[in-house]
Amino acid sequence: MSANRIRGQVYVLGDNIDTDQIIPAQYLNLVPTIPEEYEKLGSYALCGVLDAPPYVPQGRTKTPYAIIVAGRNFGCGSSREHAPIAIGAAGGRAVVAESYARIFFRNCVATGELYPLETATRLVGEFVTGDEAEIDLDASTITNLRTGAVMALAPLGDARPVIDAGGLFEYARRTGMIASTAHPDVREAVPVNRVVED
Amino acid sequence: MAMTMTEKILARASGKAAVRPGENVWANVDTLMTHDVCGPGTIGIFKREFGAAAKVWDRDKVVIIPDHYIFTADDKCHRNVAILRQFAREQDLPHYYDVGTPRYKGVCHIALAQEGHCRPGEVLFGTDSHTCTAGAFNQFATGIGNTDAAFILGTGKLLVKVPPTMRFVFEGEFPPYLMAKDVILHLIGEIGVDGGTYKAMEFAGEAIERLEMEERMTLCNMVIEGGGKNGIIEADERTFAYVRARTGKSFEAVAPDADAKHVFYKRWDARTIEPTVARPHSPDKRATARSLADVAITRAYIGSCTGGKLTDFASAARVLRGRKVAVQTFLVPATTEIARGIGTETLEGKTLLSIFEEAGCTVSLDASCAACLGGPADTFGRINGPEVCISTTNRNFPGRMGAKEGQIYLASPYTVAASAVRGRITDPREFLA
Repeated sequence: MSANRIRGQVYVLGDNIDTDQIIPAQYLNLVPTIPEEYEKLGSYALCGVLDAPPYVPQGRTKTPYAIIVAGRNFGCGSSREHAPIAIGAAGGRAVVAESYARIFFRNCVATGELYPLETATRLVGEFVTGDEAEIDLDASTITNLRTGAVMALAPLGDARPVIDAGGLFEYARRTGMIASTAHPDVREAVPVNRVVED
Repeated sequence: MAMTMTEKILARASGKAAVRPGENVWANVDTLMTHDVCGPGTIGIFKREFGAAAKVWDRDKVVIIPDHYIFTADDKCHRNVAILRQFAREQDLPHYYDVGTPRYKGVCHIALAQEGHCRPGEVLFGTDSHTCTAGAFNQFATGIGNTDAAFILGTGKLLVKVPPTMRFVFEGEFPPYLMAKDVILHLIGEIGVDGGTYKAMEFAGEAIERLEMEERMTLCNMVIEGGGKNGIIEADERTFAYVRARTGKSFEAVAPDADAKHVFYKRWDARTIEPTVARPHSPDKRATARSLADVAITRAYIGSCTGGKLTDFASAARVLRGRKVAVQTFLVPATTEIARGIGTETLEGKTLLSIFEEAGCTVSLDASCAACLGGPADTFGRINGPEVCISTTNRNFPGRMGAKEGQIYLASPYTVAASAVRGRITDPREFLA
């Protein structure tokens, strides 16, 4: 999903959006590596959120909102990788939040499904759901195209090339950390200390 | 260089003399655990990335414990267990605890300990956020996603950022009506649901030393609800007795250096902590049980990795013995070992099971995660409407136990049992004085 700019509609959420709201546990019988179940996970993305318009419209599998703007501690709770995958499968491309729960952030990077971008200030009040926005990853900014306001994001640092590559394994292969084709000998390749956790 | 317990374990696991907080190290993994919710996806990634014929890095270090969606008619859930079974067969894994066999255990975090997989000084990763429970055994243990787990399956390593340590010290002795659940809810209320993010949470002091292992597990289990990466407690004779009874493997515990550095340090007088409740919909919405006496409940629930251990049931039985519950009260043991214990453990001549049945509780002896996380529609104890539930589980997020309309109050087994008897939230001191 390598790109410098991400443009799309914004979906605004508050603090402590937990993984049960992102993908309720009743849907964890779906296995993300099975293509039709990956799509299905997308259709349920954020369906557990209280008091918000649906992220994915009824009867659809894709969201009109490429960008989520939220408050503190986004993705708290479970380690379920289904959470960033559900948002990514629905067509979400980036989350802009004040802070993230550790495992969710790491899962975003490892899967390459979503850019988890941090802000130094609270941006929830700067957007309403449906605003058009543009993220510039090189410049580390988000612009509200309705108001014209340009706001700073924290640089993603070493996590960005991993997401650009499409996740941990693809990144590891491109950088020679592991063999370029699937092979049992892969375990003999000692990974170099490049990828940065959380 | 002075190090905390977490730093010492990660230094040893990465072959370094010393590590500092913030450093990224490749840790050699002692144990990787997965279950029926995340295992199939992990296996899918492992096969896609390492090849259909690839073998796991070390079959003795992989533990697979189906526990989430077991007692359900849902076809996909059965399919998922079948994927685990097939993988365990292909890989000839010695530590697979299959459904429908005498080896079936139930909730992974408790089964890991009971089956001897929690060993001091080691590194455990699991595809479940409550993997941090094993910190009670002086293990570095934390939750990861499917992709990281698949990476470990193939390589036996994971890149980890060394967390700074928060140290929580409890002097003296907890009062007899207090449980570890009250202590951790009190702490989460203090630091907030993100107060421990990226950090190790270390528990120490005389009151912690006095806790039995299952209570220490409760404490470490919920560090994730404070955002913590891992919880950890120094090993002592109680730890060694538990572990040695369950594994013949050798291990080497770590102790903190006296001058190790902490990013947070606080001491409490253990006697000052009160029975504590977390109100909907966040584990840091702290209140004392007695301040919520006007909250009527419609059901009570005792179970899960947090509150479904034998100590939890024995504690509930102390309150429920000779009394009747006023609301529907669901009980489900975490593991099959605990399920047996409910039938054999006695209190004043009665088994826990008979105490619960005479009190009017709805007991399932099918050990699993059950309704702690809602699950399929036919899950035992699941909230399917606007219930107000008081529960010994770990999370009270919207919809956590099923329906979004549900409201969940988190509390200790004492408080849940006392509240079940009264039909409103009740300080257990009313029954335990």
